Amino acid sequence: MKIKSAKSRVTLQNSITYAIVLAFWVFIQIWSRTGQMTSLFKGLLVPICTYVILAVSLNLTVGILGELSLGHAGFMCVGAFSGAFFTKAMADAIPSVNVRFGIALLVGAAVAALFGFLIGIPVLRLKGDYLAIVTLAFGEIIKNLINVFYVGKDANGFHFSMKDVASLNMGPEGEVIIKGAQGITGTPKASNFTIGILLVLLTLIIVLNLIHSRTGRAIMAIRDNRIAAESVGIHITKYKLLAFSISASLAGVAGVLYAHNLSSLAATPKNFGYNMSIMILVFVVLGGIGNIRGSMIAAVLLTALPELLRGLNNYRMLIYAIVLIVMMLFNSAPKAIEMRERLFDHMKKKNRKEAA
Amino acid sequence: MSFLSYLINGISLGSIYAIIALGYTMVYGIAKMLNFAHGDIIMVGAFTTFTVVSTMGGNPIVGILAAVVVCTVLGVTIERVAYKPLRGTSPLAVLITAIGVSYLLQNVALLIFGSNSKQFTSVVTVPALKLADGQLSISGVTMVTIISSIVIMVVLTTFINKTKIGQAMLAVSEDKGAATLMGIDVNRTIAVTFAIGSALAALAGVLLCSAYPSLTPYTGSMPGIKAFVAAVFGGIGSIPGAMLGGIILGVIENLSKAYISSQLSDAIVFSVLIIVLLVRPTGILGKQIHEKV
Repeated sequence: MKIKSAKSRVTLQNSITYAIVLAFWVFIQIWSRTGQMTSLFKGLLVPICTYVILAVSLNLTVGILGELSLGHAGFMCVGAFSGAFFTKAMADAIPSVNVRFGIALLVGAAVAALFGFLIGIPVLRLKGDYLAIVTLAFGEIIKNLINVFYVGKDANGFHFSMKDVASLNMGPEGEVIIKGAQGITGTPKASNFTIGILLVLLTLIIVLNLIHSRTGRAIMAIRDNRIAAESVGIHITKYKLLAFSISASLAGVAGVLYAHNLSSLAATPKNFGYNMSIMILVFVVLGGIGNIRGSMIAAVLLTALPELLRGLNNYRMLIYAIVLIVMMLFNSAPKAIEMRERLFDHMKKKNRKEAA
Repeated sequence: MSFLSYLINGISLGSIYAIIALGYTMVYGIAKMLNFAHGDIIMVGAFTTFTVVSTMGGNPIVGILAAVVVCTVLGVTIERVAYKPLRGTSPLAVLITAIGVSYLLQNVALLIFGSNSKQFTSVVTVPALKLADGQLSISGVTMVTIISSIVIMVVLTTFINKTKIGQAMLAVSEDKGAATLMGIDVNRTIAVTFAIGSALAALAGVLLCSAYPSLTPYTGSMPGIKAFVAAVFGGIGSIPGAMLGGIILGVIENLSKAYISSQLSDAIVFSVLIIVLLVRPTGILGKQIHEKV
């Protein structure tokens, strides 16, 4: 009986999470139909979906697996470039943009998962801050390599180079697809808000079902006590790699979504550097480590916040920083927690008095 | 000859990384936190000197002193306001707060000085040294950087090993609880550590901008990350490790810029870090801690 009720509680909690996403979709649809939404905010809708997917997927690494990763933007970068590359390269073979985009999502997820797996093998042997710095290093290496990567396509097939366009040795009709630091230009703009929300839902279904499965419990057991988990026969490396690769592949999906929202894609420090990884981490920590719904809400609010503060112009990032510090202090400082609890007790007592 | 000059420039850049890394590693050793705002303190130091020297026309020495004072006060204030209330909570909470502080410093600088890069006038007026019939020229900044980093390292090592506060710092980094029982004021020791780390960051900022004279609110963040890498490289928490890590990193960066590719130099630096950590998971001079069941 007890197990059954625990199960139904999980189902209820998950349904609430899905319902929030759907409600958000309906809300945005109504808002944009009534014509009240500014074009700036409209431009933010797909990025919000991207960040939600990134935050949820990073929460899988940080919250569920319990390893601090500072290189999540690197996987997003891999996904973005492989997805955009696919849509560009297959333009002749598959005429329908939507079909190409659909396959590109799979390609991005697969390539990012592969990178997650390959990087995970050495990285997951390390612990704590060392693991964090190595993931940061991998993220920067990926960004750096893509900036010197040239790929062209002509009648003979694909040409690769790490130097410049000329060394691709292409035929006269050849087309350069990835152009070093300039990246990929002319990606079809196939992303929209509804697709974004569908991908968010898909991400949530994957992550929430994973957490509440046997595999998820094994992963959390490793997080809580590695040695104890090992002693009951949980294969540490296997489960760690599994969680890390799934997290990476979801980041790859977010990357493909991101890439198809822009006409030109270049790996700059701003979009795929460590700053981006840190921003995603901020969503996860503010939303509550291990709390999927929380990281979702934090991603939406913190992406919208600088836009909502746009009227304050130059001060908006300053306010963002202050909000971040104050929220962290308010949330985690022992004194603040104590104060909050005292205030709560006080209010409870007051309510009781009034009731009596 | 050109190899030698790349090598010397690399050592000079590495000395700056080493000075920054010392701040990282000391704070990590004592407060067990990654102070992500450390890189931005470098930027504050450089801007202070810039204001005193270029805007107000002050003496460079006064400019450097002002930078050291401002950064020391800033470092201690940040610790008191943002990090101290979070002591003993999850390291991630402190990390995110540090990131918030980093954004805050960058944006305050952005509001005051704007995003255009400023031309930093070098505070070093030592003429370049010409060796081997003028084939090898070492600039004044390079010499001053290397010499001052050596001085800083000697003074710091002496301070930690010979003074009472230095010993207290070692004790706190070893075991906070035991240090408290021995009558060491942990809060004060941590504050002193932040003060020293920030003062070093100020010096690093002045040296960095004397060598690479463009100054923006984001000047500190990449050297900050590199220095962090250097600290991990040498074994985070270890002071000789930070020095060694910084210099090795600077040399690798400069040589790969010269001989392999300037675009890939960062990737090469980070790859070396990964390889080192895979062979020695706690850095070159880090302590190996065995896990007990």
